[in-house]
Amino acid sequence: MIEDKPAERRCIAILVDNEAGALARVIGLFSGRGYNIDSLTVAEVDPEKHTSRITIVTQATPMIVEQIKAQLNRLVPVQSVVDMTTEYESVERELALVKVCCTGEKRVESLRLSEVFRAHVVDTTHESFVFELTGAPSKLDAFVNLMRPLGLVDVSRTGVVAIARGSEIM
Amino acid sequence: MPAATEKSGAQRLTGAQIVVQALLDNGVDTVFGYPGGAVLPIYDALFEHAELRHVLVRHEQGAVHAAEGYARSTGRPGIVLVTSGPGATNVVTGLADAMMDSIPIVCLTGQVATHLIGSDAFQEADTVGITRPCTKHNWLVKVAADLPRVLHEAFYVATSGRPGPVVVDIPKDIQFAEIDYFGPKNIEHRSYKPQVTGDPKKIEAAVDLMAGAKRPIFYTGGGVINSGPEASKLLRELVQLTGYPITSTLMGLGAYPASDPQWLGLVGMHGTYESNNAMHDCDVMINIGARFDDRVTGLLEAFSPESKKIHVDIDPSSINKNILVDIPIIGDCARVLGDLIKVWKRRKLTTDECAIQPWWTQIDKWRDRQCLKYKQSSTIIKPQYAIQRLYELTKDMDVYISTEVGQHQMWAAQHYKFEEPNRWMTSGGLGTMGYGLPAAVGIQIAHPDSLVIDIAGEASVLMTMQELSTAVQHDLPIKVFIINNQYMGMVRQWQEILHDRRYSHSYTEALPDFVKLAEAYGACGLRVEKPEDVDDVIKEMISVNRPVLVDCVVDKEENCFPMIPSGAAHNKMILSQEESPREMSEEGKVLV
Repeated sequence: MIEDKPAERRCIAILVDNEAGALARVIGLFSGRGYNIDSLTVAEVDPEKHTSRITIVTQATPMIVEQIKAQLNRLVPVQSVVDMTTEYESVERELALVKVCCTGEKRVESLRLSEVFRAHVVDTTHESFVFELTGAPSKLDAFVNLMRPLGLVDVSRTGVVAIARGSEIM
Repeated sequence: MPAATEKSGAQRLTGAQIVVQALLDNGVDTVFGYPGGAVLPIYDALFEHAELRHVLVRHEQGAVHAAEGYARSTGRPGIVLVTSGPGATNVVTGLADAMMDSIPIVCLTGQVATHLIGSDAFQEADTVGITRPCTKHNWLVKVAADLPRVLHEAFYVATSGRPGPVVVDIPKDIQFAEIDYFGPKNIEHRSYKPQVTGDPKKIEAAVDLMAGAKRPIFYTGGGVINSGPEASKLLRELVQLTGYPITSTLMGLGAYPASDPQWLGLVGMHGTYESNNAMHDCDVMINIGARFDDRVTGLLEAFSPESKKIHVDIDPSSINKNILVDIPIIGDCARVLGDLIKVWKRRKLTTDECAIQPWWTQIDKWRDRQCLKYKQSSTIIKPQYAIQRLYELTKDMDVYISTEVGQHQMWAAQHYKFEEPNRWMTSGGLGTMGYGLPAAVGIQIAHPDSLVIDIAGEASVLMTMQELSTAVQHDLPIKVFIINNQYMGMVRQWQEILHDRRYSHSYTEALPDFVKLAEAYGACGLRVEKPEDVDDVIKEMISVNRPVLVDCVVDKEENCFPMIPSGAAHNKMILSQEESPREMSEEGKVLV
């Protein structure tokens, strides 16, 4: 029996010992086994226990998602692996910095739209804005698309981080 | 000595001395290695320790294969010591081989001093970077105080759970640093905790499924061997308790005695007709320590379509990787086999003889095809005949067999029958040509009084031929039995079937004279060219108490059958040359 289900978007959270090469092991596993990475974030979350949390968004069939989890768990520094998309009700957030260069009516319009999206202006000159925007990836996509005709010149995004709703922890 | 050190009972040693002490404390008696600039301090520390045998190889790849042979024939980890840069890159093939076949290897590599790392120093290579995907885990020791812990952890990781190779990369300044040493007590890892006991509910469910089976089969693999001799004993007990047929992967040969009537022979691409058909038609498949490798499954869509599948594996990532199974059991083979037997006995289950009888009748019909039969010749040695004679003349001896990779390997797996585990050493997953000779070196080191034979191909053996020099230096009377057909036989066979007999670069036009080559190395060289001389030459080979190279000149164009053509199902085997397909599906061609 083999699988015939389509690929789905999954957000996977990985707690690892924060040691040299831990991130390289994780991303090497993804590239080596041909899994796909849509976004990746990593930072230390417990300095005392030297634990880092890696969040990876991937597209895979359910069988491959199980395989990704099992392969990640095989890595020696990996403490735990959770599929945030199906194992928990979870909140996903991403931060973007968006640079728009424009003047006149377009400049006014970009500022007006940024208010609608509750973006902050973190830097400005007479011909540019840098907006900071936080939200679900789809909200960031929408904002970036709206800015495009108004003079979008640069985008930097963090990738998704996720956490379980309620009192549950991974 | 500092006060704190005295109190804790720790010893003050140099990093290099710690390496040697840690090896001794972890029960190591043999190291396979090759010295160089970045490991000189460790070699210097070794100089004083006669109890730690160092086997000087001729190429670092040989060190790993020798360590693999040592590990697989003893169940203990194999130890490798090499220098930085080229020393480390040369071990990569061996590490990848050990990774694929789950062989415990602790490989210590020298590294340039910590302050030189990243400066493209002489003989510098990013060893942990290069070996990351081909090791179970690796460490670069940047802080001297970490060294004892890392070394002990390395042994723990290599040998526990699903075994595998590990690398500890030790910069030269760390080897000189003086630090406190502590022994390997209570080593455990914060996040690495392999599961060895199977879920009791799943074991009950598995027994239910087994007891109700009408067309069952045991499909076992290297996991049974890796689990230790107890697992093989328990496997025999369970198989006999149930009366079900059993087949095994290439890696699992010897776990179940090949002389037993319940044994169906090898499974997979060059497995027996009865094994593969039984796998295809079974209603319950009991996989113990095998991983549904593509050499075994053939066409995934058509793999054993009617069966419910039980899969016992210590590695959760083996479950549902290629084939979705019904009852996955994560655990060590010996533990799970023991539990299966307990439950079977506790519930006083018996095999449904009425249901099983027709299944055995069917299996006997498949057996009647005599799939391993070949056309004997009176003028030319058939490779199968040479291996059969080798088997008949050595089967009652204390014998260990290694192989290279290719046709001879498959013929050896088909025609050499194993009764015990740890007697068969072959490169299964990676398919590494050149594995067998250095592996034989490692086996002979571990079993100095046993007969160790590398069943070789002339192309493979030339890849690591220099290790014959190692065997001579260390008085290792290994026997290298070369099935010489002058072709890379398996390549030629595939070119015949897939590429319309266009034998592109698979013929070795300038082979050495193997008899003279053996003599040049200080070994004994023998040649046999006629079927009637085979027995005498094998007997002579056995009687010579030195390394022997036998050049057994065989039929050049013999093909290895039976065979599941790539992209085909188990029940679509071809049994002989006459049945060979002249055309293969496009999907089949892209599979290796």
